[in-house]
Amino acid sequence: MDLRSAIALGFKEIWAHKFRSLLTMLGIILGASSLVAMSALVKGMENGMREALAAIGGLQKIRVQATDELPIWQRHLADQAPGLTLHDVWALKASAPLVTKVTPSIELFGFRDWERTVITYGSKSVRPFVFAGTWPEALELNEHVVAHGRMFNEIDDAEARNVCVIGTGIRDELFGAPEEVGREIIPIGEVVRIRGQPFTIIGMFQHYESEQARRERQLRQPTPQPQETGPKRSRGWGGSRGGGHFVFRLKNYTVYIPLNTMLLKFRAVTGTNAVADQRLTNLQMKIADLDLLEPALQQTRNVLLMTHKGIEDFSLITQEEWADEIATQIRNARLNRGIIAGICLIVGGIGIMNIMLASISERVREIGIRKAVGATTTAIFTQILIESLVIAVVGGVAGLVASYGLVQLIAIITPSDNAPVITALSMVVAFAFSAGTGLLAGVFPALKAARLDPIEALRYE
Amino acid sequence: MHGMPPSPCCGDDAGEAGPGAEAVDLGLWRLPAGLREVKPMPLIEVRHVTKIYQLGGEQIRALDDVSLDIEEGEFISIIGPSGSGKSTLMHILGCLDTPTSGTVKLDGVEIQNASPRQLAAIRSRKVGFVFQFFNLLPKLNVFQNVELPMVYSGVPARERRQRVMDALKQVGMEHRARHRPSQLSGGQQQRTAIARALVNNPRIIFADEPTGNLDSHTGEMILELFCQLNRQGRTIVIVTHDPEIAAVTPRRIEIRDGKIAGTLDPTLAGLSSSGQPARPSVPVGSSATAPSQSSS
Repeated sequence: MDLRSAIALGFKEIWAHKFRSLLTMLGIILGASSLVAMSALVKGMENGMREALAAIGGLQKIRVQATDELPIWQRHLADQAPGLTLHDVWALKASAPLVTKVTPSIELFGFRDWERTVITYGSKSVRPFVFAGTWPEALELNEHVVAHGRMFNEIDDAEARNVCVIGTGIRDELFGAPEEVGREIIPIGEVVRIRGQPFTIIGMFQHYESEQARRERQLRQPTPQPQETGPKRSRGWGGSRGGGHFVFRLKNYTVYIPLNTMLLKFRAVTGTNAVADQRLTNLQMKIADLDLLEPALQQTRNVLLMTHKGIEDFSLITQEEWADEIATQIRNARLNRGIIAGICLIVGGIGIMNIMLASISERVREIGIRKAVGATTTAIFTQILIESLVIAVVGGVAGLVASYGLVQLIAIITPSDNAPVITALSMVVAFAFSAGTGLLAGVFPALKAARLDPIEALRYE
Repeated sequence: MHGMPPSPCCGDDAGEAGPGAEAVDLGLWRLPAGLREVKPMPLIEVRHVTKIYQLGGEQIRALDDVSLDIEEGEFISIIGPSGSGKSTLMHILGCLDTPTSGTVKLDGVEIQNASPRQLAAIRSRKVGFVFQFFNLLPKLNVFQNVELPMVYSGVPARERRQRVMDALKQVGMEHRARHRPSQLSGGQQQRTAIARALVNNPRIIFADEPTGNLDSHTGEMILELFCQLNRQGRTIVIVTHDPEIAAVTPRRIEIRDGKIAGTLDPTLAGLSSSGQPARPSVPVGSSATAPSQSSS
């Protein structure tokens, strides 16, 4: 019996018992679609995480952070620690070829109220996440894109002009968000006060958000805002203007000013210190090649130990751990959901086996006739196996189609920051698994059918 | 069976037999003195076949030391009451089963030790079956039912169509090719079953009570069809319990309690009344033994 007629026969059997076949297939349909849907959810999660990691500069970004804590054997040298300075920047540029970009940054932050940076415009105020004096390259290093106006340049820096570039979050707070105002306000040229000093906004970054948040925002209908009830209060983190991951929030609430402006306007005049404090908060660097991460770190450390007279008052920070964490989380999620989908498929396989067993005991006479006219044991075995395979394969294909619906359903029931992504690989895997299940489930019934004695089978009523 | 013609329908053919008969005559005429005319190897050669079933703790001897020969072109009935072992004999002859002891040769091939796979191969090429309950597959139409043996014997799809239509034409069912078995009368179903048995050009056709489920008139027509096929040179074995049906065939083998109780065998006279050997007789040396058809 050739394969084509065996497959045709399989389809005929399915068609002859439509409802029964459908019920049988349901197990496989659920199994295959849940496998695809689960992997789509995990993929969406992974994409969201990777997107966030890339938004903050990716794995290639390294930060050198100034620390007050020295290693214990250098504690007595604390008063000689030079801290991070522009000398380090020059030294790294000159002597660390594996580091392609270095940018100094002074960030003003604090935890007590009077240490925090407040930006005001009229009666409105906002506290940025990041308020940094830096060089124009910071744009590239931190994956910022100026959507309106311009980034400050070397001349702004050299003249220490009072100019700033802001994120959309700052704009939203001071001038009103597009969702509330109904149109996008571009506050270029407006003068805001940062810590009481006037700064002209010369540029604004684009709005950062995850893919999912962007899609949601575009799809969102203009619905009336829910009425605020009770006393006015902050509702904590994770508000509607988040744009997805924390990283995007952080980037949207960023204010950059030129490094020299920071030094002159905020470092020289604060407190009792009349001379500008030249120390930087951190250096941001980009390395050429991720494979050369460790040599690059080694170079950086060597250069900095030189400029710091051997005092280790700095620490190197990479995103490796974050990347590892993503990998771990993805692996766990895959395993969990894979097990669930696997159980679904096993249940589906048991269903197929059950039906095939019922079907052959119903068709004993048919098998007897087939054997009498010359069907070999192998031919009967193949026929039953293919019938089971056809059920599984049709179920698998239906499951792939159903997975689209299932994914939509899951997205509606449990909306998350990450849109599920159906991948071709997951579909191939789901299909292969359902076909494999059908094959395995068919072996035993097929053996049973093939072993029937033709005489007994013909006598069977 | 009422309405059956008194004379066996195939017996008449003996006189008007075609070229086959001439060949035999010629052969006899040319025989030199001192040499016996010996038929070529029989189509089926059964020697001391015993079949024992285990039923519970009991041993049942369904066949007990049966020996017989069936020549090519013969029309034979195996007759006996139910439980006599005639079905068992048919199953063994038709390669559905193997004997407990003894030897069976079908077309020169020993089958008593054949594997199920080999048996299936022999069945699909050399044997056709017609059953009492027709045993057509209800889900397939007439065409597909007749096609089935060729599917298993590996006939290419292009060739199948022509052969199915030829077989259906032989039984007069060519106009019903697209009907389902459930849309056919019993006689038509049995004709379809006969076409199915014919389609692979088997060496021998076994019919197990082929008229048992039909009214007498239809039964007659089916028997007439068998006679007609036999005239065309087919070897046919009918298994029945009905002496009237058995009367149609020139040779009858009666089975009782697993043994051959008696035979009416016109071939013993040296010449088949109906089935002339398809192959010309070959004179061989006197050492060759004559087939012991009446071994019981």
